[in-house]
Amino acid sequence: MGARILVRVQTESFDGAAEAARLAQGCTNIGALVSFTGLCRDEGGALAGLEIEHYPGMAEEEITRAALEAASRWPLEGIVAVHRYGLIRPGEPIVLVITASQHRFEAFAAASFLMDYLKTEAPFWKKRHLRADDSGDWVEAKAQDHAAAQKWRA
Amino acid sequence: MKALYFAWVRERIGKAEEEIVPPENINTVAELMAWLSGQGESYAAAFAHIKTMRAALDHTHVKHDALIQNAREVAFFPPMTGG
Repeated sequence: MGARILVRVQTESFDGAAEAARLAQGCTNIGALVSFTGLCRDEGGALAGLEIEHYPGMAEEEITRAALEAASRWPLEGIVAVHRYGLIRPGEPIVLVITASQHRFEAFAAASFLMDYLKTEAPFWKKRHLRADDSGDWVEAKAQDHAAAQKWRA
Repeated sequence: MKALYFAWVRERIGKAEEEIVPPENINTVAELMAWLSGQGESYAAAFAHIKTMRAALDHTHVKHDALIQNAREVAFFPPMTGG
């Protein structure tokens, strides 16, 4: 049986617990459910917010590709991936990945894979807006994130 | 074809998208980038660091040596920073 896959790209916030409950609802074969939420941090009070730009259409397609690959690599019961765009304030959630499987190993691995993939392959770009001034600067891609994504290709 | 620009590529060029008509001898994404970088100062600035730039053809990531062929949409953007 294939995994149930739900992918959403949206401006609105989300409720991770509600999404997890919905994924598990009516499915009694889930033994493990991993939920990861990425939040906007304030960088010690310096950050006013993040502006997230995305490539409409491709963003959804790219996340779906990643979810399908995760489902082909591990026996999963379900996947939820939600990514926000637009202006996000410190403390607000940015990204949600939930994976459900019969045993914990697959759920942990798939969630980790999806996050590594989202960071480097999903077309989203973050711009930092500081409290101190009006100008923003684009967040630079980290070599560490690239290396994390590459390890799944090894 | 339709060209889309994101993040600082969009800011440097000063537009998010446009219709482009590359010459017939442009076959690859790399050739297209070289041609675009000659379209004015803003384009030269946007395509100043071609090596680190990423491209997509019809919503699919491609390498710079990819053939454009019949792609309807090309996109240029910096390395992604989502998640």
